[in-house]
Amino acid sequence: MATLNIDGQTIEIENEQNLLELVRKAGIDLPTFCYHSDLSIYGACRMCMVEDQKLGLVAACSTPPVPGMVVRTSTDRTRKLRRMVLELLLANHDRDCTTCDRSGRCKLQTLAQDQGISRVRFGTRREVLPVDATSPSVVRNPNKCILCGDCVRVCREVQGIGVLDFANRGSRTVVGPAFGKALTDVDCVNCGQCIAVCPTAALTVKLETERVWRALHDPKKTVIVQVAPAVRVALSEEFGGKPGQISTGKLVAGLRRLGFGKVFDTTFTADLTAVEETHEFVARLTSGERLPQFTSCCPGWVKFCEQFHPELLPNLSSCKSPQQMLGAIAKRFYAKELGVEPRDLFVVSVMPCVAKKFEAQRPEFTYEGVREVDAVISTTELAQLLRQDGIVFDQLEEEAFDQPFGLVSGAGVIFGVSGGVAEAAVRTAASILGVNAGKVDYHELRGYQGVRGARVQLGDLEVRLAVVSGLGNATKLLEAVKAGTESYDLIEVMACPSGCTGGGGQPYPNDQAARRLRGAGLYRSDRVTQFRNPLDNLAVQKIYSGWLGGRDSQACHDTLHTHYHPRRRIDGKDIRVTRAPAEKPLEVSVCVGTGCYLRGAYDVLAKFGELSVREDVAGHLNLRATFCLEQCDQGVSIKVGDRVITGVSPGNAREVFDREVASLVAE
Amino acid sequence: MPNTTHTNIRLHQMPAFRARCQEAFALGPDQVMILVGVGTCGLAAGGGQVLRAIQEELRLQAGAIRERGLDLEIRPTGCAGMCEAEVLVEVQRPGGHRVLYGKVKPDLARRIVAEDAVGGHPIVEWTVHRQDPGQTGNRAPAKQLHVVMENCGLIDPERIDHYIARGGYAGLERVLSGMTPLDVVKEVKQSGLRGRGGAGFPTGLKWEFAHKAAGDKKYVICNADEGDPGAFMDRSLLEGDPHAVLEGMIIGGYAIGADEGYIYCRAEYPLAIKRLRVAMEDAEKLGLLGENILGTGFSFRLHIKEGAGAFVCGEETALMASIMGERGMPRPRPPFPAQRGLWDKPTNINNVETWANVPRILARGFAWFAGIGTEKSKGTKVFALTGRVRNTGLAEVPMGLTLREIVYDIGGGIQHDRRFKAVQIGGPSGGCLPESLLDTPIDYDSLLRAGAMMGSGGMVVVDENTCMVELARYFMTFVQSESCGKCVPCREGTKQMLAILERIVAGKGEPEDIDLLEELGGAVKDGSLCGLGKSAPNPVLTTLRYFRDEFLCHVVDRRCPAGVCRALLSYSIDAAQCRGCTLCIKACPAGAITGERGKPHIIDAVRCIKCKACLEKCRFAAIRT
Repeated sequence: MATLNIDGQTIEIENEQNLLELVRKAGIDLPTFCYHSDLSIYGACRMCMVEDQKLGLVAACSTPPVPGMVVRTSTDRTRKLRRMVLELLLANHDRDCTTCDRSGRCKLQTLAQDQGISRVRFGTRREVLPVDATSPSVVRNPNKCILCGDCVRVCREVQGIGVLDFANRGSRTVVGPAFGKALTDVDCVNCGQCIAVCPTAALTVKLETERVWRALHDPKKTVIVQVAPAVRVALSEEFGGKPGQISTGKLVAGLRRLGFGKVFDTTFTADLTAVEETHEFVARLTSGERLPQFTSCCPGWVKFCEQFHPELLPNLSSCKSPQQMLGAIAKRFYAKELGVEPRDLFVVSVMPCVAKKFEAQRPEFTYEGVREVDAVISTTELAQLLRQDGIVFDQLEEEAFDQPFGLVSGAGVIFGVSGGVAEAAVRTAASILGVNAGKVDYHELRGYQGVRGARVQLGDLEVRLAVVSGLGNATKLLEAVKAGTESYDLIEVMACPSGCTGGGGQPYPNDQAARRLRGAGLYRSDRVTQFRNPLDNLAVQKIYSGWLGGRDSQACHDTLHTHYHPRRRIDGKDIRVTRAPAEKPLEVSVCVGTGCYLRGAYDVLAKFGELSVREDVAGHLNLRATFCLEQCDQGVSIKVGDRVITGVSPGNAREVFDREVASLVAE
Repeated sequence: MPNTTHTNIRLHQMPAFRARCQEAFALGPDQVMILVGVGTCGLAAGGGQVLRAIQEELRLQAGAIRERGLDLEIRPTGCAGMCEAEVLVEVQRPGGHRVLYGKVKPDLARRIVAEDAVGGHPIVEWTVHRQDPGQTGNRAPAKQLHVVMENCGLIDPERIDHYIARGGYAGLERVLSGMTPLDVVKEVKQSGLRGRGGAGFPTGLKWEFAHKAAGDKKYVICNADEGDPGAFMDRSLLEGDPHAVLEGMIIGGYAIGADEGYIYCRAEYPLAIKRLRVAMEDAEKLGLLGENILGTGFSFRLHIKEGAGAFVCGEETALMASIMGERGMPRPRPPFPAQRGLWDKPTNINNVETWANVPRILARGFAWFAGIGTEKSKGTKVFALTGRVRNTGLAEVPMGLTLREIVYDIGGGIQHDRRFKAVQIGGPSGGCLPESLLDTPIDYDSLLRAGAMMGSGGMVVVDENTCMVELARYFMTFVQSESCGKCVPCREGTKQMLAILERIVAGKGEPEDIDLLEELGGAVKDGSLCGLGKSAPNPVLTTLRYFRDEFLCHVVDRRCPAGVCRALLSYSIDAAQCRGCTLCIKACPAGAITGERGKPHIIDAVRCIKCKACLEKCRFAAIRT
């Protein structure tokens, strides 16, 4: 048995990769800013420095354990160093703690207090960098950033995107998107995993609490609220509870106290989504078209797919997400029943997710010119509302959701955890196909691995399913699917690791341990729910037979389904290729974004360049290279005047030029 | 030229080929060779014009040359180390007769051609060095020993046949003639060679780690990202003798089992990069680099990666990140590059000077090398001597020479006979050593004990007119802006150290600032992630150690003894010295000085802008600061 000695204790070395894990195993809570077990070792905060008898001062996180080591975690040198690191970080930190969003849950603040830093002997930070509040989901405040790099690594390593990185050197080092752009102008999918790992308030949720207050206090508005499944197993953490503790009843009561007219359960529309999506799936399975089908309830994943895999968009389920289905039904039918105009019905949703804020603002999700969902607040924002109103959460009496969107099945509940949507689909499919009577639990779809594959027998049919969470994992799976090395019928994708339980709007700490407990809570809740199958949900049946006028109706299609479109990743400037002397030249742009580039956009551009000096057009057109006309699946795309023309290739470039460009110049 | 007619030489053909190169390199009975220094230092001093002037003059003298039956040739060379005296022109005649001219301008160059090269009469007043026939031995100036610089200033760096004629690629020849990779590692280990880039890690041991590391793919890297202020040894070596580095890397590749290598050279060294490219092309043509080297089956490919100018990329893990296209930031070690380096493959990194030593060790044997230097520091070290010494430039000396010998015997002492104050060794990672330590022998361990380090070999000499606090502040500005920004102690610590130093030179320092500076310096040293950060406080900590009084003067007496920190100066006139000549009154741009001719003048402290104009004008040392 290999052991080492930490502060006098003999500790067994098992599979630990570094000293820090062993120190923590020894029950010593060595503080860190930049260490996360899911991320690569960074070794930058230097808080975990320990003294080894032979090696001297080393960072525990980046030192592999060697049997026989004698390590001390608390010596004069380590203590002084830790305090100095904190003092230095504080000196360069915007120490406006009293008005900080993160006060009380800030790691820097907590550690500084724990270490008893009562005075900062260095000057106060003078620079004030601009705050980026352009994103609908995430606010980036570089003045609060301690440059631990956690967000950089989670975005690149876990999500596989890499929106954030370091720029500049020395004390001018900052973290931000490429070329100093705003978060809205780059390929951020709004998942908020950066918020989940940020130790300070450098990355926070874009607050919509004030908008909610305004609506609540506006006598003209009827304000209703919906709550997503994963909120009920996390909200109590904000009030001293444990992750996974189910607090649905108190949550409903609290929302009523806040003044919401009706309190609905998004789980209801999760059931509806399961029914719609599964019918769509069974139809595709029968016809063999557009498989594998991808789930579409995660807005981070949908934007990711639009940006990076536009050719897969036809494979996405056309179903709206549960949040948007509820908003759509509320504005179209429920408002009418209440006798209010859609614009006076204010729909708020409480989500574990910050990408839902982006989703609710998508132009597709409007009805008669108003948003289907008017405001989206995160679990943490709801806790703020409750505190602001002096509501004592623990003392609330449990209450039940309102009808008609209050009755739910257990399948809808587990939408909040990775694997749950797939399991809901399997339960529904079994019912549709009339197989597996009595079977409800599909354990093969549950678990904590980022990518899980399962084969489920539905009568004679073997269905191949994959469940993936974390977009980095999704990328790996998609590559395998595209390469043909793996093949599936249905793929559930959740942008956040472990699904919505680990969403960017969940309480802090939002780590793997908390996420697992929250997931377990949802499965517990599923077990004790009266209905387990979405098709058994009487309220869902009633919606179909009533407002929607049956499945497959036009109303059903208009209300519950949507479409997707390729989306540019980064806002880039055009590159001018030729400049015409003519007074009103014809503007011609060729897209040279990645998708079009791969289809020969450079050759098309070169051909156009050669042709533009031809006698009949010379001097009459401005040729530009542009970045993304958002038709990536049909490229090469060009833009002539205001018209976008797709399907251009090096082969037909001359023909297109004659038809679309030269003819216009002749006119 | 032998090199244009040959391609793909075989191992057994090397001796004959070398013999032909030597024959061509040696001067014929009527040959006169004119060497012109066109390294970066030479070119900056006007080497290009000098070269053209010589070419023109040769055309003008064509008749006389024919008449005398002379065979005159021009040879562009790299820097021989005497940068102060550039442009250097040397006239060589058969039998070891050579005359070296310094500070040559085009007019003088023409005279050298006409009077010496053609006429046979050396111009005595411009001669900096002369060697008469019969004299042999090392070409190096007094107290120096040229090993890695032995070809610099002598061969045309763009001629592979020159390098071969001087014994180049003999090391590789020996290695490929039956030595196993482990034999090579052993030879380097026994030579006692230690890394010339900074910390002085034993090179053979480093190679052994990489040799033993499991992996079918390995890399070697040459660190040519020389970035210390005032250091230019590597540049001169690459410009003056690029093949030595190439040969070292090929041997290193063979020893550790790598078939690919990178030279990471800063883009600010365009001439070095150009000469490296020429060298690589020529070596490939001859079959000394690339596939199936010398027909032995060993293959080794080289690439040049141009660095974008970050000091931290001299740190090996940051350098590798930069080669891989990442932001140049160090990562924690372990894993060491020998375990997981470039693209996670075992990698061996050495700096330019280390690589340049390798071919010589393999050609002449470890015992020869181990015979030079001290017990624990073998061989020679090249220093870039700058600052207030008379002779600035490069000096290659055997390890163990004292600082005093370098400053006074090689550097020629302090300019204007001022007083020596300190020597800053090792750049921003090194330290400032005072006069009392001038007899410290130069070896890795003695320097480390003194609080400095060998570093890459920058040596800046400062005199009594330099303020040590200001010097420390300068180095802190450098490391602060070059810190990669990753770890807290280096990024934030150096920022606060700089703020304190700025406060002190601005006259706003307090005595407790000195303690804080020391405490902070200790934390940065203890806590930083990489070598850059760990050594960043050295210039400050050594000045605090050896020149504490000067700091105290600034914060207690509010005085800068060197008269540098403007905020702490107050100008006055010593009435006893002042003759009332009015020169200072005329010189003062602020109109702060008043007085009548013949009577002591007075400075109005409120108006005085402390510009030093009066001080420089006064002929009677009457101005006090």
